[in-house]
Amino acid sequence: MNVYLDPEVRPLLTGLGATLTTASGVGFALHTRYREGSTAAVIANLNARIRAWWVMIAVFAVVTIAGRPAMVIAYAAVSFFALREFVSLLPGRIADHDALLASFFIALPAQYYLVATGWYGLFCVLLPVYGFLILPILSALRADSQNFLARAAETQWGVMICIYCVSHVPALLMLRISGFSDVDPRRAGLLVVYLVTVVQASDVLQYIWGKLLGRHKIAPDLSPSKTVEGFVGGAASAIVLGVVLAPITPFTRNQAAAMSAVIVLMGFLGGLVMSAIKRDLGVKDWGHSISGHGGMLDRLDSICFSAPIFFHITRYFFTP
Amino acid sequence: MLETTAARVIARSTKLFTGGTAHWKGCRPENRQRIFVANHTSHLDFVLLWAMLPAEVRRRTRPVAAADYWDRGVVRRYLARRVFRAILVRRGGTRDPREPDPMLEALQHGDSLILFPEGTRGDGGQLLAFKSGVFHLAAARPEAEVIPVWLNNLHRAMPKGAFLIAPMICSANFGEPVGIAANESKQQFLARLQDAVLDLARVAPRAEK
Repeated sequence: MNVYLDPEVRPLLTGLGATLTTASGVGFALHTRYREGSTAAVIANLNARIRAWWVMIAVFAVVTIAGRPAMVIAYAAVSFFALREFVSLLPGRIADHDALLASFFIALPAQYYLVATGWYGLFCVLLPVYGFLILPILSALRADSQNFLARAAETQWGVMICIYCVSHVPALLMLRISGFSDVDPRRAGLLVVYLVTVVQASDVLQYIWGKLLGRHKIAPDLSPSKTVEGFVGGAASAIVLGVVLAPITPFTRNQAAAMSAVIVLMGFLGGLVMSAIKRDLGVKDWGHSISGHGGMLDRLDSICFSAPIFFHITRYFFTP
Repeated sequence: MLETTAARVIARSTKLFTGGTAHWKGCRPENRQRIFVANHTSHLDFVLLWAMLPAEVRRRTRPVAAADYWDRGVVRRYLARRVFRAILVRRGGTRDPREPDPMLEALQHGDSLILFPEGTRGDGGQLLAFKSGVFHLAAARPEAEVIPVWLNNLHRAMPKGAFLIAPMICSANFGEPVGIAANESKQQFLARLQDAVLDLARVAPRAEK
């Protein structure tokens, strides 16, 4: 194993630990204060979320410190569970069975193999080109034309969101940025830390601002919990965090502000798109695998949309 | 001993692989004699239903399964006969009326049953007409509760004719017991039971199209 803990990450880990400890303390205080009524349910959900955060952050820290092989395996597992949630909610038909098997057992391992070996060219085109064309072929060979376009598109969407987009998080390890990760490639792991921290902090801060000050709903038909106050407050404070974290990245403060603004905006809009799909499918959450949060995809939706954009902007502007 | 371990491993891994959740809507998972009646879309059906029962309930519950599938090959036969303790029946064939009915014998012995009265696997969309066996069993053994069950998504995990299992979150909804009412005819009871199973499909997180 390739244990590596950048000295610059220590303050972040300490900060996260302190934040979570504070959150647990506040959660406990709220729990003792509001024991009944509708507030109690919100507090119970809040505490379930905080407990889940301890676990998620611990797993994330261990995996990130353990290095590339561990990260590839962990994100492959995340893709697997996310894709399983996604396809389970689709109407689907028996004729899609081969396409499903190919998505889970060929496309997914192949994409993460390319991440592990750093084969950038094929990593970019495997799913959007080969997967895009071959998956509907597999469905068509079963000669069932009912809802064919919708079915083919649904499988492709699952593969693109749950495998392709998620794989861009560990793919950040491929980037060789001069003066940052060209001498020691393991430092590229800091980009993963930066991306995931800013996106998730943005989600959490939007939740907190929304719960405290939220009045005006942004998209009541898509996501009733998203408010203007929550978005503005959450986005602004997440961008501040993005600037504070600039020292762990190759970015200057201004660049970090722009980068985190892109991450936060894509994350927010991604959440909106994924909510629209949930409403269309008639569900509130993607699943029940993370207590308090819903399913894997409920926690992941903002990452799915911000990771590929963050990856390509960083690659375009910062690698030779 | 080996069978008990195998049973535990299979139940655990089935629940893990299918993310299986049991929703006890109309009854509790108590340890009493029952006839579980479910929709049939996959060879995995009874395995999942069986895996979702608490261990002590599982031990007394015997699935009724197709002999032509489960009696083939050493592994399947071992699993069916020793681990699941399945009652294997020949589909479409007629039983010699002089022989005792193995399902009734199991009930009289105090066991519970898992039964798929459609007789064959459907496509997951609609429910086929129930065969009358379940009525005769319920009439002969009134102390056994008939529990309707809807199995969700299994036809997509392993549809008819498929060899490999696709990862899919499956669930089972357990409904309220359906007993034979006074003066109720066979047809009336079967229709009522069929409706009870279908009703559970509608309360599923996402009803099948």
